[in-house]
Amino acid sequence: MDLTWYLVLSALLFSIGAGGVLVRRSPLVILLCLEIMLNSANLALIAFSRSLGDADGQIFALIVMVVAACEVVVGLGLIVAMYRRRLPLDVDESRGLRG
Amino acid sequence: MEQVAFFAGAIGALGGAVAVIALRNPFYSVLALVVHLFSLAGLFLILHAEFVAAAQVVVYAGGVMVLYVFVAAYVGGFGEPIWDAIPGQRLLAPLLAGALFIELSIAVIGTALTSLDSAGPTIPLGFGSPEAIGELMLERFLIPFEAASMLLLIAAVGAVVLAARRPPLPSSNNGQGPSLEDEPARLAPATASERDPV
Repeated sequence: MDLTWYLVLSALLFSIGAGGVLVRRSPLVILLCLEIMLNSANLALIAFSRSLGDADGQIFALIVMVVAACEVVVGLGLIVAMYRRRLPLDVDESRGLRG
Repeated sequence: MEQVAFFAGAIGALGGAVAVIALRNPFYSVLALVVHLFSLAGLFLILHAEFVAAAQVVVYAGGVMVLYVFVAAYVGGFGEPIWDAIPGQRLLAPLLAGALFIELSIAVIGTALTSLDSAGPTIPLGFGSPEAIGELMLERFLIPFEAASMLLLIAAVGAVVLAARRPPLPSSNNGQGPSLEDEPARLAPATASERDPV
């Protein structure tokens, strides 16, 4: 398969994830959509790594996975803290820091 | 054969991603994301990234998704309407996502990369194997590797601090936890008393 197929698939997945972030309001689902976006970037990195015959891109993808895991842990911690404080789990309601 | 595998993986990944957005129950969204991740791991295998594919299944689908399932079960399925609230969002959000896709596709296809229309060079045996990845990680990318471990440690500590159980406050209404009305009043002492042990 040509590299173009993988890159277009990656772009499509990225825009689906971005659309999900824009549309959904539950912070849990927004985190899931962020995962989709990060994974689409991983797919592009690995496709380029295959296309160049150089394994460096795979290391990049692994580091992206580590960063995604950190983001998930902190995000889920925030969600649990919001739930404990009986705050509404809706990103439109959490506007205390709005300027 | 490769085409069949690619399209199977692509359809699985796209279907999983769409299902994450379209399903109303967060629990089902998490399960749809597991499908998405498994399909992506299949695509990584076609691209000869065996170690990354294994890490994707073990770390993501095995570890991170279990965390999501726990939180989704803890928080509960709050029946959120998918389309809502902000006027114009129903129209604007898919429009922006479509514009983003078109822009990315133009950027990808419009580049003058000669490798775009080829499946890539022949690669050496063991490309993407744990051996090759480990050698790269411990030699050329040692500092990013250590930085990543540090980042994971910081994130773990941060999550414990964020989600730690607060001691009950005297102002809470008969043990049921505070209501939203007295939220600013109790936020200040909680954060102040919590900052001490850290």
